[in-house]
Amino acid sequence: MSRAAVAIVGAAETTELGRIPHMSQIQLHADAALNALADAGLSLTDIDGVATAGESPTGVAHYLGITPSWVDGTAVGGCSFMLHVRHAVAAIEAGLCRCVLITHGESGRSNVGRAGRGSAASSLQGQFESPFGGMGPTTTFTLPVLRFLKETGTTLAEMASVAVSQRQWAGKNPRASLKTPITVDEVLNDRMIAYPFTRAQCCLVTDGGGALVLVAADRAEDFPQKPVYILGTGESTETPMISQMADLTSSGAFKVSGARAFAEAGIDHEAVDHLMIYDAFAHLPLYGLEDLGFCGRGEAGAFIAEGNTSPGGRLPMNTNGGGLSYMHSGMYGMYALQESVRQVRGRAAAQVNDVEISVCHGVGGMFAASGTVIMGSSAAR
Amino acid sequence: MQIDFTQVPVPIPTPETEHFWAGTRVGELRLQKCKDCQSTYFPPRPFCPACASRSIDIICASGRASLASYVINQRSHPAFDGPYAIALVTLEEGVRMMSNLLNVEQTPDALILDMPLQVTFQPIGEEIVLPYFEPRVVRS
Ligand SMILES: [Zn+2]
Repeated sequence: MSRAAVAIVGAAETTELGRIPHMSQIQLHADAALNALADAGLSLTDIDGVATAGESPTGVAHYLGITPSWVDGTAVGGCSFMLHVRHAVAAIEAGLCRCVLITHGESGRSNVGRAGRGSAASSLQGQFESPFGGMGPTTTFTLPVLRFLKETGTTLAEMASVAVSQRQWAGKNPRASLKTPITVDEVLNDRMIAYPFTRAQCCLVTDGGGALVLVAADRAEDFPQKPVYILGTGESTETPMISQMADLTSSGAFKVSGARAFAEAGIDHEAVDHLMIYDAFAHLPLYGLEDLGFCGRGEAGAFIAEGNTSPGGRLPMNTNGGGLSYMHSGMYGMYALQESVRQVRGRAAAQVNDVEISVCHGVGGMFAASGTVIMGSSAAR
Repeated sequence: MQIDFTQVPVPIPTPETEHFWAGTRVGELRLQKCKDCQSTYFPPRPFCPACASRSIDIICASGRASLASYVINQRSHPAFDGPYAIALVTLEEGVRMMSNLLNVEQTPDALILDMPLQVTFQPIGEEIVLPYFEPRVVRS
């Protein structure tokens, strides 16, 4: 008989129960969390995994000041927390995190700060961001970039070259939405959406879907397609509020997620043959290349402008054309994963030679969350 | 740029943020400071996100800030009469918040990163006064 691998060492409810009109819903999560930590004799800095339902794990982690390396937002109703326990057991056994905090809080009677969507007028975003005229991703995801450009010395023309490079890839892809080549000047002179972002630097809005099937590696050879092995993965969250990024020029979630994935895969950057960096806007590959360690601080703009990520370059990136030229349905991550799979299988429209390792890096929300998947043509790592 | 303050989405305070909105009503920009580790933080919550202490002071910020970053939105919004900047400002106390910039052209030439700003308050609706920012004249 095998021994249990995971145990519960702290448990508590909110300080009060019943009618609690003086606490918002997220504070009920926090109150219970602080009490459970006290029960366990632990502090917030000991927590590296967060699971919750009803609120987003990003929101709970940021509210508590936690930088997680594993989150679970499985929300299937009242039993969600049982599922979180099960998923936490698997995550701890797998080494994805060491100490998981599962929280619940619900202002079911008093209805104070009860999350429907994050933009509810009583949420923190609703109180401290929404009044100032943000209109979705084009005006929020884009907000940090002027600070990035100033701090790193990156130019607007270099950022525009992201769109140019990806259009070159899209030109090789019959399924891409936009295939006509563009120049840096055309990108810069396109219709302004939210200065400094022109239309060509904002993602498409299209329809589509995608799906993946995964099995144990020891069965993978039994299927008709060439297997694509998962060599390493990473995840993290930072904040649901763009105004509260710790550093406007770098994503904390990108750094944690990327470093985890590379460590798990046991590879260095030289081993990477192909790269996908989720590009809802043209600045994301700049942040991604630097925060994942492919480029030094302030070097990503010139790296792309010089053609290193374009067809024939030494680090082919966003080879389907990306969210800027291939497609973007809203949650583009699935399409980045599909392109990495195609490249490792050797069956992409714009196939790169001999892709043994592909890094696929995604963003969630507006720099709120991140996930990284490293795929390989061989199971060995 | 003019703001139609009747069209601004109105925040609904929660028990943890009520002190902030009570502050703006009397012309104060209130932050919280941990009595244990001295860190000053925003947005409001009744414990310190740096050390989890529940021992917290409410402090009044100086209102001095600088321009951290911004975009100038070109699409129409019911509360704004033309292109307008959505700004991130860094307060002297170290915390960052989102706001709009009043009494200044909403153009890249007029909006220079790190320019000095100061808070100014505008009522929207019956209960809520929002903190906005405007250029601050620095005496040399
Ligand atoms: Zn503290």
